[in-house]
Amino acid sequence: MHITRGFTGRPRVAGPGLPPGQYDAGDDWPVLSAEVTPELAPADWTFRVDGLVAEPRTWDWDEAHRLPPSAYEGAIHCVTSWSKFGVRFTGVSLDAFLDVVRPHGSATHAVAYSHTGYTTSLPLSDLTGGRAWIAWEYDGRPLAPEHGGPARLVVPHLYFWKSAKWIAGLRILDHDEPGFWEQNGYHERGNPWEEQRYSGD
Amino acid sequence: MTQAFVPPTRFAVPGRIAVNEQAASEWQTATVTEIRRETPRAATFRLAVPGWPGHLPGQHLMVRLTAEDGYAAQRHYSIASAPDDSGHVELTLDHVEGGEVSGWFHTVARPGDRVEVRGPVSGFFAWPGDRPALLVGAGSGVVPLMSMIRHHRARNLAVPLRLVVSARSPQELIYARELGAETTPVFTRSAPAGATVGRMAAAHVAPLLAEQPSGGWEAYVCGSNSFAEHASRLLVTAGQPVHRIRIERFG
Ligand SMILES: Cc1cc2nc3c(=O)[nH]c(=O)nc-3n(C[C@H](O)[C@H](O)[C@H](O)COP(=O)(O)OP(=O)(O)OC[C@H]3O[C@@H](n4cnc5c(N)ncnc54)[C@H](O)[C@@H]3O)c2cc1C
Repeated sequence: MHITRGFTGRPRVAGPGLPPGQYDAGDDWPVLSAEVTPELAPADWTFRVDGLVAEPRTWDWDEAHRLPPSAYEGAIHCVTSWSKFGVRFTGVSLDAFLDVVRPHGSATHAVAYSHTGYTTSLPLSDLTGGRAWIAWEYDGRPLAPEHGGPARLVVPHLYFWKSAKWIAGLRILDHDEPGFWEQNGYHERGNPWEEQRYSGD
Repeated sequence: MTQAFVPPTRFAVPGRIAVNEQAASEWQTATVTEIRRETPRAATFRLAVPGWPGHLPGQHLMVRLTAEDGYAAQRHYSIASAPDDSGHVELTLDHVEGGEVSGWFHTVARPGDRVEVRGPVSGFFAWPGDRPALLVGAGSGVVPLMSMIRHHRARNLAVPLRLVVSARSPQELIYARELGAETTPVFTRSAPAGATVGRMAAAHVAPLLAEQPSGGWEAYVCGSNSFAEHASRLLVTAGQPVHRIRIERFG
C-alpha cells in the first residue's frame, strides 16, 4: 500500500454494510453489461435448469410466477466499486426451482446463462439456502430491460456480475466451469467482503 | 464429468485475448511523469510503470488512491496509449464534478506523484488489430478507441478502421488534433460553421455499415450507459450483428 500525496477521499460515514473498497452509489444504479440490451418480452422468456439433476425442466413466465413468491431486500455490490442499499427485488427463490429438478449429490457448481448467451459460474452452495433469486420486479415495478428485465438472477452476497441479467437457465455441474467474466480475469467466486475482484485475489 | 457447456444463443463473444491473471492481481506503483490538457474538462496523465506487462488497445486498468488513514478508492480507467509505449501507459480522465478519484487527478496530481495500478484487466474490449473495426464513442468513451487508432497508425496496419465520435462541441472533443480521415465527429451542442448539431443518428453509421469490409466489422461502442444504449441500437438497426458489438460502459 502506498499513501497518495494529498488524497483524503470524500468525507465518509463507514456504513456497516459497505464492503472494503466500495462506495455508496445512493440513488444511482449504473448499468454495466458488455452486450446489446435485448428486447425480450415476458411471453418469450423461459428459465431452464438441467445438467446433473434428476428432472431437468423449463418454466415459462406464467409457470415461474406460480411458484411461491419471495423477495430480497438489502444491498447489492458491483465489482466496479459501487454498492447500492435498500434495493428490493421480487420474484422466486432459486430453492423453489431446485426443489423441483433435484440436483444430484455430485453437483457442486452451476453455470448461469442468459438469453443473450452471457454466462457466469457459481458454486451451488451460493445459490441455495435462500441466498439467490430469479427476480422480475425491482421496487415493486417490472425490472427494466437494461437491468436484466424481464427476469434476472440475483445473488446479492456476491459481486453483481454473478447476477446474470436476462437469465435463461442454470446448468448444474460437478466442477467449476468459468463463465464470461471469469474467463476474462475475474475471480471465480467474487465475495465482496473479501474483495475477490480478480482471479488470484 | 459433464461436457463443456455451450450457451444456447449467440452473444458470448469470447474475450479477444487471455488476461494475464498474475498481472491483473498485483498492484504496482506508477509515477505520474506528465500531465497534458486535452479539453477544458479532460486531461491526459502519463504514468511510468516499470513492471507494466503490456496491454492490447481497448483494455483498461484499475487505479487505487490511498489516504493517510488507510482509506482507499479504486476506479477503472481505459488505457489511451498504444501498446508499444514501453514502460508507460497514458490515461485520459474526465473531471467528474465532485468525483473522488478524477477530482484528485485534476486538482492535486503533479509530475512525481505516485499512485497504484493493476492490470490490464479484461480482454473483452481488446482489439489486437486483426479485424476491421468500427469504433463508436462519446465523451471520454473515445479513450480506449484512441488506443486502437494509435496502434493502427504505429503499426501501419492495413485493416480498415473507422471512428464515429460524439462530443458536445469541438472544444470538448478529446484528441481533436490527432483524429484524422478515419473519424466522423458528431457534435451535440455546438458545431463548426457549416456542420450540423445533433445526436448521433442512423445517417452517421449507415454509410460505414454499407462499406462492409471483408469479414465484416467488429463494432466497439464506448461511453456512458445512455450513449451505449443509443449507439448500440443504431448499429443493430443499421444491420450490425448483435454478437459483433462489444460495449464498454463507463457507468
Ligand atoms: C471499464 C471502465 C473504463 C473507464 N475508463 C474511463 C476513462 O478512460 N476515462 C474516464 O474519465 N473515466 C473512465 N471510467 C469512469 C471512471 O471509472 C470513474 O467512474 C470516473 O472517473 C468517476 O470517478 P470519480 O472517483 O472521479 O467519481 P466518483 O467519486 O465515483 O463520483 C461519481 C459521481 O457520483 C457522485 N458521488 C458518488 N458518491 C458520492 C458521495 N458519497 N457523495 C457525493 N457524491 C457522490 C459524484 O458527485 C459524481 O457525480 C471508466 C469506467 C469503467 C467501468
